[in-house]
Amino acid sequence: MAAAVRFDHVTKTFAHRAARMLLRDRLVEMVRPSGRQRFEALHDISFELPQGESLALIGPNGAGKSTLLNLATGLTLPDSGDIHVEGRVGALLDLGAGFHFDLTGAENVRVNAALLGLSRRETGARFDEIVEFAGVREFIDEPVRNYSAGMTLRLAFAVTACTDPDILLIDEVLGLGDQAFQAQCLDKIRAFQNEGKTIMLASHSLELLAMLCGRALWLDHGRVVAAGAAESVLAAYRSGQVPVS
Amino acid sequence: MARRKWHGDYLYLFQNLVMKDFRIRYRNMSLGVLWSLINPLVMMGVLTFLFRHVFGGQSEPAYPLFVLCGLVPYNFFIGAFSTGTTSIVMNAPLVKHVPVPREVVPVAAVLSNGVHLMIQIALLIALTLLSGLRPSIAWVWLPVVWALYMTFVCGLALGSSAINVFIRDTRYVVESFNMVLFWLVPIFYSFSIIPQRYVEVYKFNPVAALVLAMRNILIDGIPPPMSLVLNLVIAASFTLAVGLLIFGRLKARFYEHI
Repeated sequence: MAAAVRFDHVTKTFAHRAARMLLRDRLVEMVRPSGRQRFEALHDISFELPQGESLALIGPNGAGKSTLLNLATGLTLPDSGDIHVEGRVGALLDLGAGFHFDLTGAENVRVNAALLGLSRRETGARFDEIVEFAGVREFIDEPVRNYSAGMTLRLAFAVTACTDPDILLIDEVLGLGDQAFQAQCLDKIRAFQNEGKTIMLASHSLELLAMLCGRALWLDHGRVVAAGAAESVLAAYRSGQVPVS
Repeated sequence: MARRKWHGDYLYLFQNLVMKDFRIRYRNMSLGVLWSLINPLVMMGVLTFLFRHVFGGQSEPAYPLFVLCGLVPYNFFIGAFSTGTTSIVMNAPLVKHVPVPREVVPVAAVLSNGVHLMIQIALLIALTLLSGLRPSIAWVWLPVVWALYMTFVCGLALGSSAINVFIRDTRYVVESFNMVLFWLVPIFYSFSIIPQRYVEVYKFNPVAALVLAMRNILIDGIPPPMSLVLNLVIAASFTLAVGLLIFGRLKARFYEHI
């Protein structure tokens, strides 16, 4: 199988200071370049995810999981290294990033579907499916500010899932839903897997990851600690022992 | 690696983004779209009173219409330029988490102001007819000059929104500029009183050019002179090219700075 996602010696750094974007700072910088230290969010990451496989991303907070997913989505570019992604990406990286709380559920569905690249016809055809999946039919004409976090998540997940991506990237948001919704998401993700789609999932819920993913990548401080079959990597992560390979 | 292509429906996206802004703005206003009419009407009334009765001297028969022909292009400019400038920073969650072409954000901000504009242009046309003027064939020039003008403002907003990410003072510069502009565009005074040696400088300003074109079209019922249209064409293509260039150079670093 061809690789759906390939990272080749990818390094990503961020400026180390709190962003101060005032004219004065810019002028000072021009006169006196500070040569600030940069923070390495990811260091020399290489991996390949074959098409149709699912990858679990694990690691403590700040390990670089979100940065890795953002790079794979194409939201930001690496400082060095190459990233190849084959196919249409659907990303659920932040709970309702394109949502506006003053708009109704229905209006948000349309705006987000359009942002994710659906046409009017496609949105119309999938609208009912989205609302049904999210289970918010009776609230669909209410402003989203009246929704619970779980309801917003359902709607955001439903829109992303219904754009029919080839590669689905999810960053630690599924944990917010209730049991029933998690089960529903699990079914949907399994359905994606059966269709041969590729999935990358960052989470702290090891049970969820063990159920869904065949492979795992353990990150810490922007470096790969271990990579391979989910079973062994997750077991090693649980026990805190780096497997000797 | 090049940023991945977005395969979407731009028309549907812009419709949605414009309607989104429109809904958000008006959902919390009991008078709704009437606000779009009240502001220019009040300004028109005040300026007419000032220049007919306080300073005197304004004997232009259609002075209220004359003033409104100046206010509508000016209002659109300041609204679109300032919301365009802050658009990338204000839409940080979108820019950070949704892989949509970033150019869409400032352009949608400018187009959103087009909804008010439509209402105000309807008001202008109503006032034209109320002033006893007849519809003229020159009105076909309205969409042409406005399309050029909007392209010009989109170019400005692309540049300023990108710069505003890195220098947050940009929005204040834009706001001050907008205030000064009120006096530098012939809104409440006529182009004919401008001393000869400044005429060319005035004509160079696309906002003034549009005000003149509006007066030609609605009050005089004649097409705008070709030199004026050419000015708008040059301004539109130049600012759009420069705006896209600046935006293209800076957009890769938005993610880190907002």
